[in-house]
Amino acid sequence: MTAFVFYLFAALAIASGAMVVTARNPVHSVLFLILTFFNVAGLFILLGAEFVAMIMVIVYVGAVAVLFLFVVMMLDIHAVTLREGFTKILPVGAVVALVLFVELALVFGTWLMAPDLDAVRGAPTPAVGELSNTQAIGAVLYTDYVYLFQLAGIVLLVGMIGSIMLTLRARVGVKRQNPRTQANRPLEDCIEVKKVATGKGV
Amino acid sequence: MAEFWTDFLWPLILILVKILAFILPLLLAVAYLTYAERKVIAAMHLRKGPNVVGPFGLLQPMADGLKLFIKETVVPTGANPVVFLMAPVVTFTLALVGWAVIPVSEGWVVADINVGILYLFAVSSLGIYGIIMAGWASNSKYAFLGGLRSAAQMVSYEVSIGFIIVTVLLSAGSLNLSQIVRAQSGLWYCIPHFPMFVLFLISALAETNRTPFDLPEAESELVGGYNTEYSAMTFAMFFLGEYANMILMSSLCVILFLGGWLPPIAVAPFTWIPGVIWFALKVSAVLFFYLWARATLPRYRYDQLMRLGWKVFLPMSLGWVVITAVALHLFGWLPPRA
Repeated sequence: MTAFVFYLFAALAIASGAMVVTARNPVHSVLFLILTFFNVAGLFILLGAEFVAMIMVIVYVGAVAVLFLFVVMMLDIHAVTLREGFTKILPVGAVVALVLFVELALVFGTWLMAPDLDAVRGAPTPAVGELSNTQAIGAVLYTDYVYLFQLAGIVLLVGMIGSIMLTLRARVGVKRQNPRTQANRPLEDCIEVKKVATGKGV
Repeated sequence: MAEFWTDFLWPLILILVKILAFILPLLLAVAYLTYAERKVIAAMHLRKGPNVVGPFGLLQPMADGLKLFIKETVVPTGANPVVFLMAPVVTFTLALVGWAVIPVSEGWVVADINVGILYLFAVSSLGIYGIIMAGWASNSKYAFLGGLRSAAQMVSYEVSIGFIIVTVLLSAGSLNLSQIVRAQSGLWYCIPHFPMFVLFLISALAETNRTPFDLPEAESELVGGYNTEYSAMTFAMFFLGEYANMILMSSLCVILFLGGWLPPIAVAPFTWIPGVIWFALKVSAVLFFYLWARATLPRYRYDQLMRLGWKVFLPMSLGWVVITAVALHLFGWLPPRA
């Protein structure tokens, strides 16, 4: 049963992944990308990593893909014009894919060739029955790897500030609202309180 | 064959029955929420509200449903038909699947999963898709603008809802909704976390696109917003989805802050009433707040809405997370590790 569900999710993930690149309409591409994320989340649940699966859905589907969809919907992109440089870029893409593949193969290869390293693989996560994986992740992330975790946060912060700085421009002639002056207006200038009898209306 | 029955078929039937036991009352509640809304708003406006169909107008939701059911579904010529029809289905489905993890009473839950609150958060963050897909696929300016507004609004308020949830999680020490409710047996979190309770109620209004944050369907500027081009059953599904989402957010509020199925005081006359009744009462009270807000408040302007979300709610909720964490640590109130 588990095997069947695994192959279902895996096949759907690969198929929708392929549709992301081949769909003619960019919006459809993004929607297929969302489907891919969902199937990957399903695979995580099969692995017993429900926390990662939920974070996957919240972060990638709920936030990142929404932004993708925003951009793709707002821009007038046509898949055909996008594809014009396809053959030119293809070798670069192939090289990137090859490097990724080799790296993955190396990781798996080390586990196979050096059995003593295999112990490291399962070490950080305790058995599912002992501790839920949310607690397991928290226990390593905020203790052993707390500096790296903070560093990742700072990298994100820098990225955020950078993108705001790039897009921020001072415009002249904009009438801004000043909430403080509005909130500080005396009550008598703004509203008049009338006593209304219950069920009567004004 | 016997194994197939005990291991697979019987659990499947059991789950289906459980799902039905949740969905049927939910749909009934949705139908009567629309009725309650019209009656409550009418009472606040000194009108009578629906009172013709059936006794006290009680059959009005059925009549409305039948009307929408027998109308014609129109798909605009320029629309993208698959996405156009998928959008209401997505909205409605997402409004229903969230109920899988809601515990309405001790042990009364379809799936009592470890990461229940994250699941709910994920489902509510997916709610954007139905609306943004509808806006895009309609191939209409009003619908598109409505869809974009709604998406921006939901993304903004989700951030503060996330932080509000974190404060509750810090206090309860679990992501499981039933555990969160049990952790409130001494004190409901609406008392220590009162500011967050208020923030959550307001954010829930924004998250479900209700007045005063119903900008996506601001009729004075955007006609019907994202559902401008929808008719008949496709419109009905958006409508049902919106109301089911309201009930879902109210239940989440009850679970996080109002002690779920727990009675207000655990003494004799209160403990006789079953938990599910308490749950329903509390959800109704929160829903009444929704209707009350709709009858009372004017609509926000868009820039004010964004300012409120990012410059007021976000710093406040983030600050409260820090305060909660420090207080729990200093006073040693951290929940024990499960």
